[in-house]
Formats: sequence, structure tokens, C-alpha cells
Amino acid sequence: MSKIEKAAAAAGLGKEELDKWFDERFAAKMEELNKSKTPSMSIIATKGTLDWAYPPFILASTAAALGWEVSIFFTFYGLLLLKKDLSDLKVTPVGNPAMPMKMPMGPDWFKEINWNIPNIVSGNIPGFENVATGLMKETFKGKGVATIEDLRELSLEAEVKMHACQMTVEVFGFDPKKEFIDEVDSYCGAASFLPMAKDSDVTLFI
Amino acid sequence: MSEHVLDAKGLNCPLPILKAKKALKAVPAGEILTILSTDPGSVADFGAFCNQTGNELVSSSSEGDVYTFEIRHTA
Repeated sequence: MSKIEKAAAAAGLGKEELDKWFDERFAAKMEELNKSKTPSMSIIATKGTLDWAYPPFILASTAAALGWEVSIFFTFYGLLLLKKDLSDLKVTPVGNPAMPMKMPMGPDWFKEINWNIPNIVSGNIPGFENVATGLMKETFKGKGVATIEDLRELSLEAEVKMHACQMTVEVFGFDPKKEFIDEVDSYCGAASFLPMAKDSDVTLFI
Repeated sequence: MSEHVLDAKGLNCPLPILKAKKALKAVPAGEILTILSTDPGSVADFGAFCNQTGNELVSSSSEGDVYTFEIRHTA
């Protein structure tokens, strides 16, 4: 019998009462700890197209606005999102059947048409990617959606930590000093990301 | 309407929230920030924002296409 159990017994408290007190106290303490803890999120960003550039930056900037601590680990094609110049991010409906091709200008009936151009055609038209990219940028602008540049800037302002995967930087032959933003927190590997993710409340692979 | 107003009309998710977070920094504790938005998603989002950050959502209303939120800067 522990000291506390002995003292409880001496005070006329049975084991059941002591257990009940402990459970209540424990639950209250856990709630207190959970409330005082700053939530955190770790994201792996693996995609480098204009459409897929949105989710990591939307979630990171919003989480930061909620007061969370956020880290993003950029790897493979996601490294493109760390480039100083984001203007060459592109999107294409080729191999992406879910992507609607709609015009951002003209009367409503015209804007609603989905230009269902077969991949065998669109894949062979030079510059089709540029057209699709321009249309998406125009549509997003028209709907009041932020640009990737803005969302990244807002994320950095809110102290979102950005890490780059050293291995893929080398594989793809990037010159980080020249090509990437200075705000990259570290160049590291899986062994650095995993402990970050382990301590995070939310982990996402994008 | 309070003296601190953020016009987020025409902006889409997550910009109204991000702008509100920034604007709140300039609002002295205890005072109210009024936010105007046209994003229908902002109704749920401002509730969640206040819940998470501990600021008080004093009111949430809509007139036509415009949603109005009043947030007291408490956190």
C-alpha cells in the first residue's frame, strides 16, 4: 500500500473513492494540458504544379492564423514551390481528366462550357500548358483567390517553417542559394522530418 | 459598427481569415473588429477561427450577399 493509499484509508476513504478522485483529477489535468498546448502541423509538399501548390500554402497560412506552429517539408516536385520565381508553375489538363477547361471571360453561358478537348489533341498542341495555366490564374483571380506568391508570403510572415529535402535538391540539380528563397529554414532529410511529424497534432502528405 | 473595419468582400478562402488575423493585431484588446465578407464559407470559418484563437465572435449576420462578423479581440 502506498503512502497516499494509507493516508486515504486513515482518513476513512476507501479505494474506490480514491480511484474516483484520481480519475477526475487526471481528466481535469489532461484537459488543462491539452488546452495550454499550442497545436502543431507538419506537411510534406511533393507536388510542383500550379493547382497542387495551393493546398500546402492554404493550410499552412490558415493554421498559422489559428495560432498553430507549422512546418512544411518540400520534397521532389514540391521543391519548385521554394523557388524565388513562382511564375513558371504550370497546370495542364493532359493526364488530368478531373480538370475542367472553362473560360474565365465572356457571358455566363460561355463561361459554363467545359471544353472537353481530348488528351491526344491537347497533348500535341504546343503551348497548351501555357493556355491552361493562364486560364486557371485568370479564373482564380476572378474568384478572389490569393496567388501562390501571396499565400507563401503570408505563410512566411506568420513564421511557417519551410524545410527542403537535401537529397532531391541534389537529384534535381537545384542551386538553392541562387534559385530558392532565403527563408528556407533547413536543408535536411527524412530523419529530420519524422521527429517533427511525430510531435505534430496534424500531419499531411500533399 | 465599430471603428475597426476590415472589408474582405470579393476575397475567397482563406484570405478573409488571414486578413482578419492581421487586422486583429492592430485592434486594442477588448475592442471589436467588424469584418465584411462575401465568401459563404466564412460563416463556418470565422466561428472556427474564434473557437481556436480564443477571440470572441460577438455577432454573425448577413444581408444580401454580404456577411458581417464582429470579433472582440480578447486573445
